[in-house]
Amino acid sequence: MDFSVLRNLISRYCAGEEYWVDSRTVYIGHKEPPLGADAYIPQRYPDNRIVSSKYTLWNFIPKNLFEQFRRIANFYFLLIFLVQLIIDTPTSPVTSGLPLFFVITVTAIKQGYEDWLRHKADRSINECPVDVVQEGTVVRTQSHKLRVGDVVMAREDETFPCDLILLSSSRDDGTCYVTTTSLDGESSHKTYYAVPDTMAFKTEQEVDSLHATIECEQPQPDLYKFVGRINIYKESEDPIARPLGAENLLLRGATLKNTERIYAVAIYTGMDTKMTLNYQSKSQKRSAVEKSMNAFLIVYLCILISKAVINTVLKYAWQWSPDHDEPWYNHRTEIDRERHVVIRAFTDFLAFMVLFNYIIPVSMYVTVEMQKFLGSYFIAWDKDMYDEELGEGAQVNTSDLNEELGQVEYVFTDKTGTLTENNMEFIECCVDGHVYIPHAICNGQILSAASSIDMIDSSPGGYHREHEELFFRALCLCHTVQVKEEETVDSIKRGIHQGKPTSFYISSSPDEVALVEGMKRLGYTYLRLKDRHMEILNKDDEIERFELLHVLNFDSVRRRMSVIVKSSAGEYLLFCKGADSSIFPRVVSGKVGQVRARVEQNALEGLRTLCVAYRSLSLVDYEEACHQLSDAKLALQDREQRLAQAYDLIERDFTLLGATAVEDRLQEKAADTIESLHKAGMKVWVLTGDKMETAAATCYASKLFRRSTQILELTKKRTKEQSLHDVLFDLSRTVLRQRSLSGLSVDCHDYGLIIDGATLSEVLKPSPESSGSGNYREIFLEICRNCSAVLCCRMAPLQKAQIVKLIKASKEHPITLAIGDGANDVSMILEAHVGIGIMGKEGRQAARNSDYAIPKFKHLKKMLLVHGHFYYIRIAELVQYFFYKNVCFIFPQFLYQFFCGFSQQPLYDTAYLTLYNISFTSLPILLYSLIEKHVSIETLKRDPTLYRDVAKNSLLRWPVFLYWTCLGLFDACIFFFGAYFLFDNTTFTSNGQLMTTNTQMMFGNWTFGTLVFTVLVFTVTFKLALDTHHWTWINHFVIWGSLLFYVIFSLLWGGIIWPFLNYQRMYYVFMQMLSSGPAWLSIILLITVSLLPDVVKKVLCRTLWPTATERAQSTCPCLTVEPSTIFVLSQSDSRLSF
Amino acid sequence: MASSYNAKEEDGHVAVPGGGTIQNKKPDNTAFKQQRLPAWQPILTAGTVLPAFFVIGLIFIPIGIGLYVTSNNIKEFEIDYTGTDMSSPCFNCSQSFSWNSTRPCTCALPFSLEQPFESNVFMYYGLSNFYQNHRRYVKSRDDSQLNGDTTSLMNPSKECEPYARNEKMPIAPCGAIANSMFNDTLDLYYIDPNGTRIQIPLMKKGIAWWTDKHVKFRNPGGNPNLTSAFQGTTKPINWRKPVYELDTDAENNGFINEDFIVWMRTAALPTFRKLYRIIQKKNNMTPTLPRGNYTLEVTYNYPVRSFEGRKRVILSTISWMGGKNPFLGIAYITVGSVCFFLGVVLLIIHHKYGSRNNTADIPN
Repeated sequence: MDFSVLRNLISRYCAGEEYWVDSRTVYIGHKEPPLGADAYIPQRYPDNRIVSSKYTLWNFIPKNLFEQFRRIANFYFLLIFLVQLIIDTPTSPVTSGLPLFFVITVTAIKQGYEDWLRHKADRSINECPVDVVQEGTVVRTQSHKLRVGDVVMAREDETFPCDLILLSSSRDDGTCYVTTTSLDGESSHKTYYAVPDTMAFKTEQEVDSLHATIECEQPQPDLYKFVGRINIYKESEDPIARPLGAENLLLRGATLKNTERIYAVAIYTGMDTKMTLNYQSKSQKRSAVEKSMNAFLIVYLCILISKAVINTVLKYAWQWSPDHDEPWYNHRTEIDRERHVVIRAFTDFLAFMVLFNYIIPVSMYVTVEMQKFLGSYFIAWDKDMYDEELGEGAQVNTSDLNEELGQVEYVFTDKTGTLTENNMEFIECCVDGHVYIPHAICNGQILSAASSIDMIDSSPGGYHREHEELFFRALCLCHTVQVKEEETVDSIKRGIHQGKPTSFYISSSPDEVALVEGMKRLGYTYLRLKDRHMEILNKDDEIERFELLHVLNFDSVRRRMSVIVKSSAGEYLLFCKGADSSIFPRVVSGKVGQVRARVEQNALEGLRTLCVAYRSLSLVDYEEACHQLSDAKLALQDREQRLAQAYDLIERDFTLLGATAVEDRLQEKAADTIESLHKAGMKVWVLTGDKMETAAATCYASKLFRRSTQILELTKKRTKEQSLHDVLFDLSRTVLRQRSLSGLSVDCHDYGLIIDGATLSEVLKPSPESSGSGNYREIFLEICRNCSAVLCCRMAPLQKAQIVKLIKASKEHPITLAIGDGANDVSMILEAHVGIGIMGKEGRQAARNSDYAIPKFKHLKKMLLVHGHFYYIRIAELVQYFFYKNVCFIFPQFLYQFFCGFSQQPLYDTAYLTLYNISFTSLPILLYSLIEKHVSIETLKRDPTLYRDVAKNSLLRWPVFLYWTCLGLFDACIFFFGAYFLFDNTTFTSNGQLMTTNTQMMFGNWTFGTLVFTVLVFTVTFKLALDTHHWTWINHFVIWGSLLFYVIFSLLWGGIIWPFLNYQRMYYVFMQMLSSGPAWLSIILLITVSLLPDVVKKVLCRTLWPTATERAQSTCPCLTVEPSTIFVLSQSDSRLSF
Repeated sequence: MASSYNAKEEDGHVAVPGGGTIQNKKPDNTAFKQQRLPAWQPILTAGTVLPAFFVIGLIFIPIGIGLYVTSNNIKEFEIDYTGTDMSSPCFNCSQSFSWNSTRPCTCALPFSLEQPFESNVFMYYGLSNFYQNHRRYVKSRDDSQLNGDTTSLMNPSKECEPYARNEKMPIAPCGAIANSMFNDTLDLYYIDPNGTRIQIPLMKKGIAWWTDKHVKFRNPGGNPNLTSAFQGTTKPINWRKPVYELDTDAENNGFINEDFIVWMRTAALPTFRKLYRIIQKKNNMTPTLPRGNYTLEVTYNYPVRSFEGRKRVILSTISWMGGKNPFLGIAYITVGSVCFFLGVVLLIIHHKYGSRNNTADIPN
C-alpha cells in the first residue's frame, strides 16, 4: 500500500489541520484578496526546511533501537537474549547478547554517521541564500525561511529552492529555460511559460503590486502533472482566471538556464515539493530466492519448535523416577524445587529453544544482505557494460534482485529506443502519393525547389503543388521542437560557421527532430519561435511567419499532435500529424488510398511512419475551438479528460496531405542478444506503441521472428471479420495441434503471435459473464505459452503493464523482466519482477524507476546470462549452505540431550557457540557468494543454453533443500556418534606422551564437545571447498585462513586462565585433545566419512546425469587451462579467448 | 516473517551502489573488478576422484589394521563390584549403606588373570548411569575457588547451590561435583601360588592433567599449612574428611589432590571410567601383573544402588594409541574398504559412461 499517502494523512490529522481541502489557495505576496472574493483563510503550510535526517540528538537512541528491532533477525536475537536473562538457560546471555550488541552498535554508528551527514547536507541546503521580494525590494534570506506565497527571484544558473509558479521572466515572451538534470536526468532545456497576464511584471516593484491568488491541487509526487488556476485581481475589474499547468511550474532542484532572472511565487515548500515527495522509496520487490528462503526458514522454525517440544516431553518422561530427577549427588536448589511443575516445564521448553536457537541461521540474513550489497558492485564495475558514447556503465538501483536476473522466463521489451537506436533519420515523405527522397540533396545546400526534390511520380499539378507546400509547412509548424542557437555554445564553434546562423534542434521526441531536419533538407527551414510567431524560411529564401495559437500536445493515447496557426494572410489552419490509425479515421478528403499504400509499404520495411493532415478553420470554428480548449484548461478537476474530449472535437474533418517515413536503426547486436535470450529459454515479447507492420519488420530484423516462424495474428483486422471468440479458438487449435504433433518431431514449427492493443483490451475485458472472460484469458495465455515470440503493438503504456501483470499472474508464476527506455515503459518496469531501464535519449525516467539501468540493449545479455547466472548460483549455495552448516552445528547438541538426561547441557563451549556463525564459518561462504564462478564468463556468453540449468529456481527447490538438510543430518550423526563410540565403547584416553611422560589422562565432556566441534568446523569448511570451482588466491586465503583462525583461537582460548571469567572449563582442553593420537585419527576419519557421500553423489551425478553446466565445466578446463598461479595478483585480462 | 529484514528499507533511502556517485567514470579494468582473477578450477569428476578414493582406501586400511591389532594386544580386565547380586561379596555392603556409618564396610573380590599384563597397568573405576554431564551438575563448581582464590573460598559462587554453604559455613570445595566425589578405596593383592597375599603398590600421582594439577587447581593462600588455609570453611556434606585431609602428602592434598582433580573433570557420557591408580612396571624381567589369582579389596563407601548405577574396576595396559579401542580400527578398515569399493565402482562407471560424455560434448 502507499505509505506516503497514509503518512500525509496522518501528519495532517496530527497537525490538527481540520480545514483539510483538496486544493490549496496561495496568496501571492501574502496579500489578502479584495473583499467580495473568497474569505481569506490563512493556511498553514510547512516552511521550506528540508528534513532528510531521521533522528535528532534526543530521539536517536530510542528511535534507532526501535527501528533496528523491527527487523526480525534482531528481534529474534533480542527475544533469545531476554529469555536467557530471565530464566536459567544452558548458554550464557553473552552468546546472543554479544553478537546482538555488536550488530546493533555497528548499525547504530553507521546510521548515526549517515544521519549526521544528512543533517549537514540539510543545513547547507536550508541555509543557502534566496532572494525574496518583500515590499518592493529584494531581500536576501535563507532558504528554510521561505513560505508559501513568497515571491522569489531566481537568477541564471540558480537552483530553485522550492516549487514555484513562474510569474515573469527577463525574456520578453515570458518564457524561461530550465534544465531538470538533477531531477530526471534529462539534460535538454525545457521551456516554461508565464501566464500572459503576469508576464509584464518585470521589476520588484511591479511584481509586488501584483494582486492575485493561486488555487492549485495539494502536492502530489508526479513530476509532470500539475493543475492550478491563477486569479488576478485588478482594481474595479472582475478577477481574471488563468489556467496553470505543468508548463508553469518550476520544480525544486531544477536549474534556471539562458534566462537572466525570473520572478516566481512559491506554492509548495519543504517536504511538500515534488522532489521530496519523489524520494519516497518505491514498492519493494522480493526475489524468488527470498521467498524460498523464507519457506525454508519456516520449516526450520517448525523443526526447532518440535525439537524443543520433543526434548521437553522426553525430559519429563525420563524424570518420572526420582532417581533420575534428583539423584543424591545432584539435588535441586530449594527455590527450584518449590516451582510449579508447569512453570518448570515451560522454562525447560524455553531453555531448549535457546539451546537450539542457532538452527535458525540468523547470521544468514546479515550475510545475504552483505552479499547482495557488495555483489551488486560487480555489475556497476563491469566494463563490458560500459558505454563509451554515453560515458556510463550499468547502474544498480536496488541490490535486492541480483539473483532474480538469473531466473527470468519472460522478457518484455520496448521497441523504440530499446531494440532500436532511437536515432531517427528522415527517409522519405509522400505527398498525395508522390514520393520525395531528400538524399538527392547534396551537402545540405539549399538548392532550388525543382531540382532538389527527386520525384518518383511525376506530373505535379497545381492542386498538387498547393498540397506539397502545405505539407512542408505542416511539418515545419506542427511540432514542439526548440531551436538552440549556437551563441550559447562556445565562441570558437561560432567562428567556424561564420555568417551562417547555425542552430540545432532540441526536442523530447527524436522523430520530430528528424522530421524538421528532413524538411530543412527539402528546403523548408524552421527558424525560431519568436513572440508566438513561428518563422519558416521557405524554398525561395523568404521568411514566412505564422502565429502559433494553440498546441494540442502529443499524448500516447491519442497518438497525434496538432497546432493551430494563423498565417500571415489571416487564415486559421490546424495541422495535425500522428499515427496512421489515428489520422485516417478523421480524414474526409485527400488521396487516402495512395498514401495508405505507401505507408503500409514503408511500415513493412521497418520505417516509422506518420501521417500529416490539415484542416482549414473558419473564424467561427476557431473561436469555438478556443473556447473548448480554454474551458478544459481551466477546469480544476478531470482536466485531462476534458482536454482529451476537446481535442477529439477539434481534430476532425481533416484533409490528408501525406505521410513521412523515418528510419530507426536497430541497436547494435540487438539480434544477437535476442537470439541468445531465446536460446537461454526465455520468451521475448515486444511491446510497442508502434504500428503493427513497423513493429513486425523490426521483429524480423532482430531475429525475434525468423523466416520459418509461423505468424499468428490476433488483430483488430481479423476480429472485424470473425468474432474474437472464433479467432481465439482457431488459433489455440492451430497451436495445440502442433503441440500434439511435435511430440514426434521436436520444434518443427515455432509460432509468433502478433496482437494489437485494441484486441488485447477486448481479450482482457472483464465481461459480465465472468466465466467467459476467464476463458478468453486462459485461451490467450495458452496460445502465448506456445509461441516463442509475441509482438504486441499499438500498446498504451498501461496496457504494457497489464500484459506483464497477466503473465505474472498466470498459473506458473513465471519471473518477468521488463526493459525499456522511455516514460511509457515505466509502468511495465515497475510491474515486472525485474525492471531494467535503458539510459536512452528519451530522458531518464525509465532508468530512474528501474531496478537496474544499462546503457544499451545488448548489455542485457551479459546482465542475464552472466551476472544473473552467477548471482543465482551464488545465493542459492549461500542459502543452502547456511541451513546445512547450522544443522550440522545444532543436531549433535540435540542428540547429546539423550545422553545427558535432557538437562540442556550444551555440547560446545560458549565461545564456540557464539563464534561459530560469526567468525569460524562466515567468511568463506561470504567470499564464495561473492566471487564463485562455476564456469567462465566466456562459456556462459557463448552457450546461452546454460541459463536453462538454473531456470525455475532449480537450485532452491524442495528436493535440493531436502538433500542438503539430509546431508546436514547425516554429517551431524557422524560427528556425534563417531565421538560417542570413541568415548563410550572404551576409554578415549591419551597417553599424553607429547605433553608429559607416560601419563594417561581422562577426557571429559568439554573435550568431547571440542572434538565434535573441530570435526564440524573442518567438515563444513571442506564441504564449501569441494563446492568451490574457482579458487583464486582470496579463496585460498579465506578458507585456509579461517581454519587456521579456528585453531589459533582454540589454542589461545584454552591456553591461559582467563581472568574475569567464572569458569575455566576449556583450559588446555584443545591442546590435550591434539596431543592424543586417537583424536587426530578420529578427526581425520570423521571428516572423510562426512564428506564421502557428497563427493560420491557429485561424481555420480556428473558422470551419469550431467547437466549442461557440468558438461561445459568438464569440456572447458581442457581448453582454457589457466595457469594455477594462485598468488598472481596482477591483472590478467589479456587471456586469449578461444 | 523474517522476510521483513531489510536494512535499506528501514534506513529510509535506497543504497545505490555504484549509482550516481561514479557516473561518467569508466570502471577500472582490474582483474578483481572484472571478476577475472586467475584461478585454479578443480572439478570433481570420476577421473579425478578415482585416484583419491584408491589412495584413501590404501592408506586407511593399513592404519585400520594397525589400530585393530594394537587395540587387540591391549589387555583389559574388568570386574563389577556393585554388589546387587546375592552372590556378590559386596552385597552386604551395598545393602547396608548409610551416610552416617562411622565404620567403613569392606569387601574382597577374588579374581584371576589368565594372561600376564606386561607393561604399565592402569587401574580405573567405572560408573554407569551416573549423569556427570547433567547440566545442573556440570556447572555446580567454582573454578576460582579451586584456583585458590581466597574470596571465592569464603563466598562460593551461586552456581554451587545447593552445595555452597552448610549451616552458614562456606563449603570448600563447593558444588555438587565435589560433594559427590568418588570415595571407595580400592586395593589390589596378588595371591602367590604359595598362598601369601602381596599388596601391589599403586601409584596415585600422575593421574591428572599436568596443567590441571599445576595451574588450574591451587590451594588457597600459599599457606603450607592447609588446615589454617581452609579455616572458616566446612567439608562437603557427603565427605567424611575435610579437603585438607585427603592425603598425607602435601603435594597431593587439598585442591591439588589428583583423585579430586580427576573427579572434577566431568565425564561426557553417563557411563564412564576414570583413572584411579597406575601400577608401574618394576623391571623388564617380571610382568607388572603376572597371571594368577588376585584379590580386590574394596572399602565400600559410594552408594549407587539408589540410581541403579554400577561400579566397576578395570585393569588395562595401554599402547601408543591409548586404551583398548577396537572401534577406531574397525572404522578405519570399513571406511578404507568402502572407499576402495567406491573407487572400483567409479572406475567401471567412468569407463562405461565417462568416455561417452566427453566425446559427445566437445562443442562444435
